Order: sequence, then structure tokens, then C-alpha cells
Amino acid sequence: MTTASSADHPTRRDFLFVATGAAAAVGGAAALWPFISQMNPDASTIAAGAPIEVDLSPVAEGQDIKVFWRGKPIYISHRTKKQIDEARAVNVASLPDPQSDEARVKSGHDQWLVVIGICTHLGCIPIAHEGNYDGFFCPCHGSQYDSSGRIRQGPAPANLAVPPYTFVSDTKIQIG
Amino acid sequence: MSGPSDYQPSNPALQWIERRLPILGLVHSSFVVYPTPRNLNYWWTFGAILSFMLGMQILTGVILAMHYTPHADLAFKSVELIVRDVNYGWLLRNMHACGASMFFFAVYVHMLRGLYYGSYKEPREVLWILGVIIYLLMMATGFMGYVLPWGQMSFWGATVITNLFSAIPYFGESIVTLLWGGYSVGNPTLNRFFSLHYLLPFLIAGVVVLHVWALHVAGQNNPDGVEPKTEKDTVPFTPHATIKDGFGVACFLLLYAWFIFYMPNYLGDADNYIPANPGVTPPHIVPEWYYLPFYAILRSIPNKLAGVIAMFSAIIILCFLPWLDSARTRSSKYRPLAKQFFWIFVAVCILLGYLGAQPPEGIYVIAGRVLTVCYFAYFLIVLPLLSKIEKPRPVPNSISEAILAKTGGKSTPMVSTAIVLALSGALFAASVDKARAEEGGTKPPGNSWSFAGPFGKYDRGALQRGLKVYKEVCSNCHGLSLIAFRNLGDPGGPGYSAAQVAAFASEYKIKDGPNDQGEMFERPGRAADYFPSPFPNEQAARAANGGAAPPDLSLITKARSYGRGFPMFLIDFFSQYQEQGPDYVAAVLQGFEDKVPEGVTIPEGSYYNKYFPGHAIKMPKPLSDGQVTFDDGSPTTVAQYAKDVTTFLMWTAEPHMEARKRLGFQVFIFLIIFAFLMYFTKKKVWADSH
Repeated sequence: MTTASSADHPTRRDFLFVATGAAAAVGGAAALWPFISQMNPDASTIAAGAPIEVDLSPVAEGQDIKVFWRGKPIYISHRTKKQIDEARAVNVASLPDPQSDEARVKSGHDQWLVVIGICTHLGCIPIAHEGNYDGFFCPCHGSQYDSSGRIRQGPAPANLAVPPYTFVSDTKIQIG
Repeated sequence: MSGPSDYQPSNPALQWIERRLPILGLVHSSFVVYPTPRNLNYWWTFGAILSFMLGMQILTGVILAMHYTPHADLAFKSVELIVRDVNYGWLLRNMHACGASMFFFAVYVHMLRGLYYGSYKEPREVLWILGVIIYLLMMATGFMGYVLPWGQMSFWGATVITNLFSAIPYFGESIVTLLWGGYSVGNPTLNRFFSLHYLLPFLIAGVVVLHVWALHVAGQNNPDGVEPKTEKDTVPFTPHATIKDGFGVACFLLLYAWFIFYMPNYLGDADNYIPANPGVTPPHIVPEWYYLPFYAILRSIPNKLAGVIAMFSAIIILCFLPWLDSARTRSSKYRPLAKQFFWIFVAVCILLGYLGAQPPEGIYVIAGRVLTVCYFAYFLIVLPLLSKIEKPRPVPNSISEAILAKTGGKSTPMVSTAIVLALSGALFAASVDKARAEEGGTKPPGNSWSFAGPFGKYDRGALQRGLKVYKEVCSNCHGLSLIAFRNLGDPGGPGYSAAQVAAFASEYKIKDGPNDQGEMFERPGRAADYFPSPFPNEQAARAANGGAAPPDLSLITKARSYGRGFPMFLIDFFSQYQEQGPDYVAAVLQGFEDKVPEGVTIPEGSYYNKYFPGHAIKMPKPLSDGQVTFDDGSPTTVAQYAKDVTTFLMWTAEPHMEARKRLGFQVFIFLIIFAFLMYFTKKKVWADSH
């Protein structure tokens, strides 16, 4: 009954309906944004994710420590000469995720490996000093990382990620 | 919902589904072709508005629950962190808190519409009773929701309302202990209230389905109260009712948005910005406005058990309405006496609501008793009696006849009655309020704040000077626990750069730890740190300040207020005046006088303050001329300090105010355009039906 007698002003009526429908759609879509945006990290979470400083002086050669940044475990390994040599003796091209050891550490601080301790397979935490490559072993699905944190064996597709960090002094780094 | 449908979708995939689950047919028969009386007025759109509000409350509530912590020690702060830190958290919280009020406002209109047009009469008794059940569930949900922010009113509201059950003979105490999960209102109470507050809305939604089902079986009532007889009496639900309801919702959104963006605390109580304190009851316990009439009935009965029974009866009596009013004519439009008594009843409810907010003393108690009798008399005496003695005007034979007979003057008597009643009520209330104002104290003088009004903004200079006053003076005794240093660089705040914030923060020593040796240590502050408290705990604060702990100032401008009195609080709604808190804070800072007036005694260790309630304040005069220096050449006077620090404290209480008002303006532009579009669309759709 509404469409039947629209002969007098068909275009004006259609325009009105389209405009109202469009306004409702635009308003609805805009109103949706706060409901989605609220799921993102809130201001206090973002502020708490500010860079942290870590003192390396207590970490002896062959030891490693785990610190947390943005809720993620960061492994800081003080590698031995043997570990460094092993990492550098590998043919980079043969690796599943080719990357040289030099590219994963800061030059002049080659003994320090700083990696995010989250397996690139499905997010478990690998155990340090385990596995066949003198590096990390993930107990969940058996991924093995070498002493440079590179994936060598198992289902993980990529090397352990290196977080952004800089050396503030010889014995102190800032992560983030 | 009104029977099997012969709807057949044309799409084969939909046909496949329809043969197995006739859900499209259900929607089609219930919300598309469903015949709706063509004479429905806009009071009927409140059904759709209520559905919209229920959806809104569930949506915003589910989201708030993602960020809220139901723990006695953390709940208050978690609500403040939602407002301060979560993206659009202030918006979502305002939508939910104001939404509760809007929901109740709409339900009252909806109920009074049913009352006026006799929508509870045969064959709609079950429909009506289901509505009363929804209303009861809403009251329970609203009450438990109000407890969740865990402010002073939350806590004491929970205490008072749960104690209602202690009036039950023999089992009362055990029932109350059971409700609390302890020996007083505490963490277990908060936890279960949170759980139930999440559950009940879904029960409401379930009963709403039954309500709509019953509606679609009996058919909608209409302003003339005659059942549709021919097809000429009805129009299809879609598009006619749909677009009309949509227009109603759009107009309602304007009111809703007014509260969300401009008056978010208008309907709330300032005391609820003070964290729950089991040791101190606020001097004036008031429930949310939508419970006030029943609260007034409760208080007007001098016996505990009888008061509780009267309060619950006031609601339960609605269930019996279909049998108390046995008049054959449905609509009050054709019942000259019932119409007048209806408006008297509305006035009685409003006045009861007013009394519920007043202290239970003197004339209020007497007025409360008179009105309580009036309330019950309407149901128990007036309606049964009218059914017997009233001679109704002739009812039209059909809806189409009623539409044809429509004349301009028919609503005049109703409106004039209402206006006369409202006026007399207003005069009565105003006179009562005057009596109260005289015994009260001195009201703080008004100020012209830069942040007042719909386009208000914080004065950056005042914020920076206020921060300096806080840092050099107030912070010696008062904390600012909800403000982090990073907030000083937030948009809409004092406007410092990230480097300035870092430098400001590093001047503070922040306790951190434990370190690897298990010891706490101090380090320079960072942007993410919060302003440190001047005292390690409340006991230390009390001990150092003559027994009175200096309150945290983060929310002080929202946690303090004063009554504006009857005509003013209505004017405030339109003028958007909501600066009671800042006016009060600024007044107290300047209200110290050495000379105590005649008749006022100030105890040892207290000071006379003109604006402090009771005049005896434990805080010595904090500010004197020249105490803090300003770089920008502003006068170093107490008046300037007070104004600046109050502006700063308004910002700490409402850091997103500028974003709120800015977004509010955009929303209003949109809503006004949208409402006009809806209106013209509605007119087009209905053009052929009148």
C-alpha cells in the first residue's frame, strides 16, 4: 500500500527512503566503533609497556635470565665461546629460517643473546639449555632452537624473535 | 507468534530452511504483516524504546564486565579505570549508567500508558502481569547494578535494601546472612550481586519474549480501547509501526544522549564517588530516583515489617489491577472520572518520589503518609468504586469510526488537569523545600567556570597553575591516587609534552620492588607511575591529622555536592549546570574565617568554615595570599589559587570531559538530522493510511 500510490513523486520519496536508510547505516556503523575500540589495550596497559632497563652484570658466562616486558618472557643469555662458535659455524643457507648469528646480536656484545622466549609455533615457552643444539627446546611440540635462538628442528616456522633493545652501557640494556 | 504462517520465501535456500525451521515465517507473521491498530499514538512507541534500551543495557553491560573487577578492594578503582583508561570507557560507562535511568523512565511511561488506556483489561491480563514481572526483575537488576561501583551509596544501598528482608519474622536474620554470604555486606555480597546482575537481564529478555508473545495473541490495545473489527482498522506492522517506532527511538535517543554527553552525573549521587566505607554511613541515604516512590512508602510506615510489606504491596498490587478495575470501558479517554483520578495518581507518584529523596522528618513524614494512603486508595477504593458508579462516554463502534470522529479539542481536559496538578505539586514542593533550605547551611556562591556548558573546555593555564598549587600545598596531606603522571600529557589535560611529563615524574620518589634480594627500594618516578600518597595508610593519615583522614582528591569535585532545591534542579537539566562540586570545593577553600559567628561552637582542633557542612572542619586554612608563585603573572591570591586548583581537580575527576562534550556535539547534530529524516519517512509511509 505504500509503494502502490507512489506515482506522484516517485523520485522524492525514493530519495527520502534512501537518505534515511543511509543515515541509519552510517550512524549504526559509527556507533559500533567504540564497542570495538574498547577491546584494544587500555591507556594503563600501554603505559606499562614502556621500555625497561636490565642490569647484565650479575649474569655470569653460561647463565641466562628471564625478564618480562609487555607480559612476554625475554631470555637474556650470556653465551659461552663454544655456543657462539657453534652458532656461527652453521651454514646459514641450510637453516629453515636463514639468518646469521651476527644479525641477531649487537656487534661488540656478541656474547649476549636477547630473544623473546615464545616458541614461534604456538606460543609455548621453550626451555633454555635443552635440546640438541645447545639452545632452547620447546616441550609442547618439540621445536628445537640453537644457541642463536634459530629454529633447527620441529614444527616452528621461524626463529625466536629478537625484541627491540639497545646497550645503554656495557652491562646494561634497555628493552623496548 | 500468533499462529501458523503461510509465508513462503522465494529463495530456494530460505525455503529449505523454512521447511525445517519456520523462523522466517515467525518473523514475517509477528513483525511484518502483523496487524497493528491504525490509531496508536506515540505513547505506544515506548514498547520498542524499551526493547532498544534492554538491548543497549545488555550490550554495554557485557562490555563493561570485560573491564570490571568484582572485588571489594578493587571494584571502585576498576570502574574509575574503565572511565579513565579504556578506549571510550567513559562513553560506555555513561551509556550504561544513564541507560538504567532511561530504561526506568521508559518503563514508567509504558506502565502509565497501560494504566490510562486500560491495557490490562480482558483479554490482556497475562500480558499485564508478565509486564509487572519484568518490572520487578528490572528493579532487582538495577539495584544490584548500582552496588557494583562499590561507592558509599552502593554499599549503604546494599545494606539498607538487603536489611529489608530482616523484617521477615523468625527467618529474617538468617535470610539476610544468606543474601550477604557473611555477617555484613562485603566481598561475597559484591561477587554474587555481580553474577546475578549479569544473569537477570537475560531472564528479563526471556520474559520479554513471553510478553511479546502474549501481546501478539491478544493483539495490541489502542487509545480508543475498541478491538479492531475489520481490515480497515489495522495497518501492517512493517513498515507502519516499524518506522513509527524507529522515529520514537530516534527522539528518545536525543534525551538519552543529553544525559550521556552533557549530564552524566545529573541523576547519580555524589556520595557514590566516595569509595565504600563500612564504618561511615552517608548522612542522607537515597536510592536511585526510580525507586524513590516506593522508598517513600517504606519510610512513611512507622513499623518495620509493615513498612516492608507496604512497599512490596505497592508493586504487587499492580498484578491485581485487571480485577480491581472491572469497568467495561477500557480507555480513560471515554471515562471522565477515571481520567481525572489517573492524573491525580500520577501526581501522587511524583510527589512520593520527591518525598523519597527528602530526609524523613517533620512535614515530609506526614505528607508521605497521606500520599501512601492516596496511592493505595487509588487501587483499592477509587478504581473499584469507579467501575460501579462512573458513567462512561459512548465508545466508538470501531477504530475507523474513532479516527473519523477525531476532533481537535479532545485532549484539552486531560492536559489542563495535568497542568493544574503539576503546578500545585510544584508549589507544594517548592514551599517544602524552602523550609529546608533555611535550616541548612550557606550555599556556595556560583563561579563562571571555563569547563561549564556544552562547549566547555579546561583552561590550560588554570590546570597548570592548579597542579602547582596541588603539588606545593594540597599534596602534603591529600593523595591523588587515580592520576598517573602520564595523564598530565593526555589530550584535554594540562597539556604537557612527554619530556615535561618525564621530568615532572622523575622528581618523585616511587617505592618499587621487591628487587632480586627481596627488598623494596625507591626509584625516580616514571610516566606510568601514579601520584604517590602522602601517607603510607589511612591510620597514618588519621594520626597525623587529628583523627580526620584527608580525603583523596582525585574525585573530590564529583564526590561533593549540595542540594539545588526544587525549581533549580529542573532548570539545571536544561542549562546543563552541574558545577555544584567545583563551586563547593572553591567555596570551602575560601570559606575560612577567624571570627566564629554567634551561636556556632567550634570544637578544639577544628576550624570555622562558612561553607563546610556543620562549619567545623578539621583542615586548617590551607591557602594564603602569596603562598605559591606563578610564572605567568596570574595574581597570587587565595581566590586565584582556589579557582585554579578547583579547575585542576575537576580535570582529575573528569579527564575526558572535553572529548565527551566534543563527541556529544557531533552526536547531537547527527541525531537531529536523523530524527527529521525518520519523521518525514514516517509521514510518507503513513500518508496513505490516514
